[in-house]
Amino acid sequence: MLIKKTELIRSSEITPESVYLNRRQFMKGLVGTAALAVSGSALALPEPEFEKGVPVYPGPDWLQQQLRAGVSNAGMSTDEKIAPYRHAIRHNNFYEFGTGKGDPAKNAQNFVTDPWSVEVTGECDKPGTLALEDLIRPHQLEERIVRLRCVEAWSMVLPFVGVPLPELLKRFQPNSRAKYVEFTTLNDPKQMPGLRSVFSSLDWPYVEALRMDEAMHPLAFMAVGMYGNALPPQNGAPLRLVLPWKYGFKWVKSIVRIRFTEQMPRTTWNEAASHEYGFFANVNPAVSHPRWSQATERRLPSSLFRPNIIDTKPFNGYADEVAHLYSDMNLKKWF
Amino acid sequence: MIPTRFRNRPVIRLLEWWLVFLAALVPLVWIGWQAWSFALGADPAKEITDFLGLWALYLLWGSLAITPLRKALGWTSLQRYRRMIGLYALFYAVMHLLAFATFIVGWRLDLLQTALTERPYIIVGALALLLLIPLGITSTKGWQRRLKKRWSQLHKLVYPISLLVLVHVIWLIRDSYFDAVLYGSLLVAMLGYRAWGSLKRRTGIRRGAGSAKRAEPSVVSPSVEGQRPASG
Repeated sequence: MLIKKTELIRSSEITPESVYLNRRQFMKGLVGTAALAVSGSALALPEPEFEKGVPVYPGPDWLQQQLRAGVSNAGMSTDEKIAPYRHAIRHNNFYEFGTGKGDPAKNAQNFVTDPWSVEVTGECDKPGTLALEDLIRPHQLEERIVRLRCVEAWSMVLPFVGVPLPELLKRFQPNSRAKYVEFTTLNDPKQMPGLRSVFSSLDWPYVEALRMDEAMHPLAFMAVGMYGNALPPQNGAPLRLVLPWKYGFKWVKSIVRIRFTEQMPRTTWNEAASHEYGFFANVNPAVSHPRWSQATERRLPSSLFRPNIIDTKPFNGYADEVAHLYSDMNLKKWF
Repeated sequence: MIPTRFRNRPVIRLLEWWLVFLAALVPLVWIGWQAWSFALGADPAKEITDFLGLWALYLLWGSLAITPLRKALGWTSLQRYRRMIGLYALFYAVMHLLAFATFIVGWRLDLLQTALTERPYIIVGALALLLLIPLGITSTKGWQRRLKKRWSQLHKLVYPISLLVLVHVIWLIRDSYFDAVLYGSLLVAMLGYRAWGSLKRRTGIRRGAGSAKRAEPSVVSPSVEGQRPASG
């Protein structure tokens, strides 16, 4: 376990208490990571420490260097208890590698994530195909501890390392016709056994998308690491979205393509079952999945006789930050 | 395989009975051990609940497989364990429900109530379990005697129960249809075998009745069928 690290990233410890108590106001005044670094409320990420016998994923050298230069973004982090690393790497929904929670950890270990390139295309002035290193290198990496709320009504607190999505997307200069941005997962049946299954109801490749104002929100985040290291393959290496106010299925993994569009893109889960999975997929306790309630969630890891049932909050507890994006929308209709 | 001359010795039969009885408890012991040694990962509640439910299904399917196996392949010695396997299916189904109520909803009555009134997959699952209970209670020889013909009628409830269980499984699916196709096709085969047999019997009876003057016996006489208490 990351005992040392857990202490280090507790925002109550690394943030002056006055700032911590006024976190929301602090966030409003926040321009970016630079502000944090300058204000001195950020801390360089420590060398990660892991339990013996648990697989670790250091990633390529350039990334390892950049991770070491990363800082902790306390303003964007929760101080809830982080899930133990060993659980975070073994409880995954990544259907390309199988539908069981343990399948990705089993089937993704030989997944090649280096070299990796990302195609940026569509309604932008600077499209192109970039090596992952060229995509990430210009940015200061930061760590954010966020709540992941799965549409299946469980949740985990996870420390991701990455780049604010707006900063990343701005580099490609989306033009005035860019109303949406679409993210596509790698589609490689040779490496991904789930894609070879004839029993799947999903139409591959996996595609999810955001409205531009959502993608440009400071909470939107593109992760390249977690627990101070590179992303494990089963967690969406080498590049995945982190959208804390949305259900986990919007957090596209192993991204190979980013496309700016004028029309609302078709998205995988919405296409598979539009009455169950909306385009927006904002966490909302008031709108049930047709087959189960979203009013509560089970915070994992849970112990048997303390199921850790907690009430689900609107926008997964990030309503103060993101609710204004949807102020003119009927959230029961646009779920 | 035990040679026939030994198989019917009481001591061998007793040993065999105990072997089957204990074997059916192995899954429960195994999952208990896994939970005890924290080997079930981040979500042991779901692992245990799913595992117990799956074993309830395996055993229910197993009890349904015995008659076709006996009739088609002549595995008559299985017949002796049908009641036990059926009762174990009920036992695992009850454990499955208890695991759900304890580990997943933590006996929060508000959650339990919405689950049982608003969640279709839980409603059909609960209904299947509810219907299994009278079959379990009347599974004894005494009840079999008391209910006579009605007993086999009552125990035909296991067919709709198995269909409810299949619907319960299908409504849980998020993406992969593998499980539903596997259990569904096994069920279709087992219930189809019976339906085909009963169709053949009925047309046989009719033909038998029609040709009574020629004194041809029907393919399967209804009286012979009626004597089989465990038929179905």
